[in-house]
Amino acid sequence: MARIPASYLTNRMITLVLTVLIAATLIWIIPRLSGLDPASAALGRMAAGGGSVANADQILAQLRETFGLDQPLLVQYLLYIKNTLTLDFGLSTASFPTPVSAMIANALPWTIGLMLISLVVTFIIGNLLGALMVWEHTPRLWKAAIPVAMVFTSVPPILSGLLLMYVFSTQLRWFPLSGPYGLNVEPGWTIDFAGSVLYHGFLPALSIVVVTFGFWALGMRGLMITVQGEDYTTLAKAKGLRPRYILYRYMIRNAILPQITAFALKIGMLVAGQVLVERIFAYPGMGKLLYDAILTQDYPVIQGVSFVIILMTALAVFLVDLIYPFIDPRIRHGG
Amino acid sequence: MTEPNAAAPETAAPDATGLSKRQVRRMKRFDNPWRNPKLIWGVGLLLGIIALGLLGRIFWDTDMVFTGSGLPRQAPVGIENMRGQVGSWAHPLGTDVTGKDILALLIVGAPNSLYVGVLASLIGMSIGIFLGFSAGFIGGRIDDVIRVGSDVMITIPPLLILVVFQAAYGDISLTIMAILIACFVWQSPTRLIRAQVLSMRESGYVQMARLSGASTGHIMFREMLPNLVPYLFGSFIANVTTSIVTAVGLEVLGLGPQRVPTLGRVIYDAINSGALIQNLWWWWGVPTLLLAVMFIGLLLINLGLDEVSNPRLRRL
Repeated sequence: MARIPASYLTNRMITLVLTVLIAATLIWIIPRLSGLDPASAALGRMAAGGGSVANADQILAQLRETFGLDQPLLVQYLLYIKNTLTLDFGLSTASFPTPVSAMIANALPWTIGLMLISLVVTFIIGNLLGALMVWEHTPRLWKAAIPVAMVFTSVPPILSGLLLMYVFSTQLRWFPLSGPYGLNVEPGWTIDFAGSVLYHGFLPALSIVVVTFGFWALGMRGLMITVQGEDYTTLAKAKGLRPRYILYRYMIRNAILPQITAFALKIGMLVAGQVLVERIFAYPGMGKLLYDAILTQDYPVIQGVSFVIILMTALAVFLVDLIYPFIDPRIRHGG
Repeated sequence: MTEPNAAAPETAAPDATGLSKRQVRRMKRFDNPWRNPKLIWGVGLLLGIIALGLLGRIFWDTDMVFTGSGLPRQAPVGIENMRGQVGSWAHPLGTDVTGKDILALLIVGAPNSLYVGVLASLIGMSIGIFLGFSAGFIGGRIDDVIRVGSDVMITIPPLLILVVFQAAYGDISLTIMAILIACFVWQSPTRLIRAQVLSMRESGYVQMARLSGASTGHIMFREMLPNLVPYLFGSFIANVTTSIVTAVGLEVLGLGPQRVPTLGRVIYDAINSGALIQNLWWWWGVPTLLLAVMFIGLLLINLGLDEVSNPRLRRL
């Protein structure tokens, strides 16, 4: 196994670290600029809950100390960065005193599961369809049908989610309207539970797949057109290789490489879209958590969820970048 | 809807050369890449949305976007709602749960969404052109900073930062939202332009201009920029789509401008009032349809522009 060039590796590392730092800083700075005082906000919530609060001044001072607001800004910032990097986002204010990290730990598996499935499925379907759009041996019916299917892909996932939900859940009643699994199954490692999870996850995943495969298909189409004109494709044809063999081993094999870089860049957008899909399907992932936090003005949760999603995206991009030199040897040779 | 893409070929019987009559006619015509059916269809769809906004303001009372303009939850014309009331022409598309007229909401909301998208994309594009040219043409340390900066920013999903922003600040105006979105859509034009400028920098006519003593600004904007126009248009349209998706995403989460009608806001209200379960499909369905028309229009423009800038993609 060949080594990755050190300059490439450091470059990627710097990008990863900077992304995480900048995201964390943005999340910290934005609310501070707004002049919102978390201590008085928390006190206000207490007052709203209890009608009135005795010894408000002392409680306020106490809250300031707990939130670390009595310290200089720089110390606050460094403390925040330290806590954030150790994934400690403090306590949720709406469901006090649950730690934010525990709430995120509960939601994360759902989000990652849904995301991985929909990502892999769209990547495969999208690239295959894109390749078939260019390949000269594609059946006529397919060639006509694929551009029509593209119409869906310009729509954001939330809209496709709404439509699929309306057709399959409220009208046909083939799929459940919301939730991650049925009410009558016990969570655990059982076949019933797994089936229920798949059944409930089908529509959310489908609504992401339907609208994202076109991105890959269009990119693949452009790349395939370039590959089609290359000399090695012509040579492979002249040698009399089977068209299907040429398609998979010569054309797709070469055209797919830039798509993998695009994969890394697209993850961020996909995650944001998925947040909305989870929200309409009441899927208990990060999106739902974020949405509930917005409703209850639960600032630590909003911060935590945003940061974890950005961290996930940055890590995914980094991983793709690490794997890439092994897929495309040209990178290793400084190409 | 007719799909221009699918309808284009095989209209007449092929002749001896294997080309249909239409294709032969196409080959004889002077080749004007801008007369592209996809481009024309896409522009037409977007003009339709703008026309809805303009004509709607003339022929419809847009004051009905306010609460209590009619009875709540009325159905569109010819459809019966759950209480057995048939929709009337007073509210052709029905009303929402607080009695806002949905047609009026759409007339005001649809151009708003387009406005946010175009404004955000314009600002992002200007930043991108400036940074992309600086990085590609000047190079060196500036190039490193800009490249790493755009690499970093491209992985941060705009929606999440905007959610954080909005949770802290509360209500924002359409323009502020557009400016905020613009902070996250400059990266891809920057990268695109940088790559193009790098390859163009060594080409003959740029060398020629440099040898003739043309200023950096002249070379960048008078010699190179015109050659980038098709790419810039494509990138611009793609950014409009991204910006609208982000804006609608914020609105559907109940964030974004609170006092201005937007399509996303209408959908948010619909989901929150249980329109899905109560089968009030027109409430979320019509704004969804309008957004879909908008996105399809943008997609067609983008496909058309691809064919304009890349002749290999064109068909006979």
